[in-house]
Amino acid sequence: MFRNQYDTDVTTWSPAGRLFQVEYAMEAVKQGSAAIGLRSKTHVVLGCVNKANSELSSHQKKIFKVDDHIGVAIAGLTADGRVLSRYMRNECINYNFTYESPLPVGRLVVQLADKAQVCTQRSWKRPYGVGLLVAGLDESGAHLYYNCPSGNYFEYQAFAIGSRSQAAKTYLERRFENFTDSSRDDLVKDAITAIRETLQGETLKSSICTIAVVGIGEPFHILDQGTVQQIIDTFEIAAEQEGPAAEPDAAEQSAAAADQGGSTDEGVAPMDI
Amino acid sequence: MTKQQANWSPYDNSGGSCVAIAGADYCVIAADTRMSTGYNILTREYSKICKLADKCVMASSGFQADVKALQKQLAARHLIYQHQHNKQMSCPAMAQLLSNTLYYKRFFPYYSFNVLGGLDNEGKGCVFTYDAVGSYEKVGYSSQGSGSTLITPFLDNQLKSPSPLLLPAQDAVTPLGEAEAIDLIKTVFASASERDIYTGDKIEIVVVNADGIRREYMELRKD
Repeated sequence: MFRNQYDTDVTTWSPAGRLFQVEYAMEAVKQGSAAIGLRSKTHVVLGCVNKANSELSSHQKKIFKVDDHIGVAIAGLTADGRVLSRYMRNECINYNFTYESPLPVGRLVVQLADKAQVCTQRSWKRPYGVGLLVAGLDESGAHLYYNCPSGNYFEYQAFAIGSRSQAAKTYLERRFENFTDSSRDDLVKDAITAIRETLQGETLKSSICTIAVVGIGEPFHILDQGTVQQIIDTFEIAAEQEGPAAEPDAAEQSAAAADQGGSTDEGVAPMDI
Repeated sequence: MTKQQANWSPYDNSGGSCVAIAGADYCVIAADTRMSTGYNILTREYSKICKLADKCVMASSGFQADVKALQKQLAARHLIYQHQHNKQMSCPAMAQLLSNTLYYKRFFPYYSFNVLGGLDNEGKGCVFTYDAVGSYEKVGYSSQGSGSTLITPFLDNQLKSPSPLLLPAQDAVTPLGEAEAIDLIKTVFASASERDIYTGDKIEIVVVNADGIRREYMELRKD
């Protein structure tokens, strides 16, 4: 109730020392569909839940490749996210052109944060309504950063943003200590499991989630639906059967299930552009 | 009152020759690896060939500093294209981009004589040849650089390029097989390096076909 007096302009402080427009922008991030990120010493995995407006439309693209060594997952106003990805791509290309080496992730997130800050201090602008999970590799190893509309950025071992992200965060908090030494495949499995937590009961299919990986010796790329479905099947089946003796059967069955899973999902092809 | 002449030139000729030949399902692009200045050799192992896209390779002779700058420009533009279109640039598209990039500097040109080679959208070999300011043409074969005056007549004799004025329209690509085209390239460079002082040391040969891109080398006279 009180807030309404001081929330018209982004350049108006409230008596309590808050900028409400910036906080409302962070609210927009919480309304977007979930995105999660986790990292080990050598790899970073990003995952997101794909929302589609209706069965007829294509899925929103929420994960963008920025460069061979950097990728970003967004939550919130995807249009703002698209514009910021274009900015990030340009910065990487220009840096590479000048210095013949990849732009360090730490530098990029600072530039991004400064860009976001500008929008919190101009009366004719509005803050970007998107949170970005930036995954990247540089000389000092694998990194995961979160950039928010306020212009702040933080580095994380693992994080989740967007709607129902608390469920994913709880799962990640339980498991994060193992992530540093995790193998790439285990990291991907953890990412998919974290996404499943945000779905809360809804069936996990490769058509509603997207996973991307970047690592040492592995340029940033989005995993294709077939691969993701196979991984989903391995742990659905492992959950049904008890004991490690089930593993060889799980591998066989997952191949069969993946074929079925693949064909039913063929109809819902995400638009890449 | 004589006109004052420039006492410094922004350009220098690094010498060398480039050749490209288009085949039915392949394209061969080759260049020697000698970089010179005046009557001296700067290095015997400099590559004039640059891969611009999956099916598109460019060889350039002239002033290598300008060549390097041009290659970097095109590589950056190609990255932007990939981000926007989610696919690699085709060879004809890259050909147009190169022409535009060169003409952009019409009044302070890239001192770069280019030959672009690769596969077009149907998988057929294509070669595009340029002047320094971007005038270009799709041809069946081409040669640029210090040895081009020696190489081009030989290629004309061997590859019998039909006149574009002839009817019915004839295909410019050679019916030669890949191995024969490579052999022709080696012969042509060996001859050029006999008489052109700027051509020699080694040839770098790049072959683009449906399997991808591969590279081979051949030694030439070192004198």
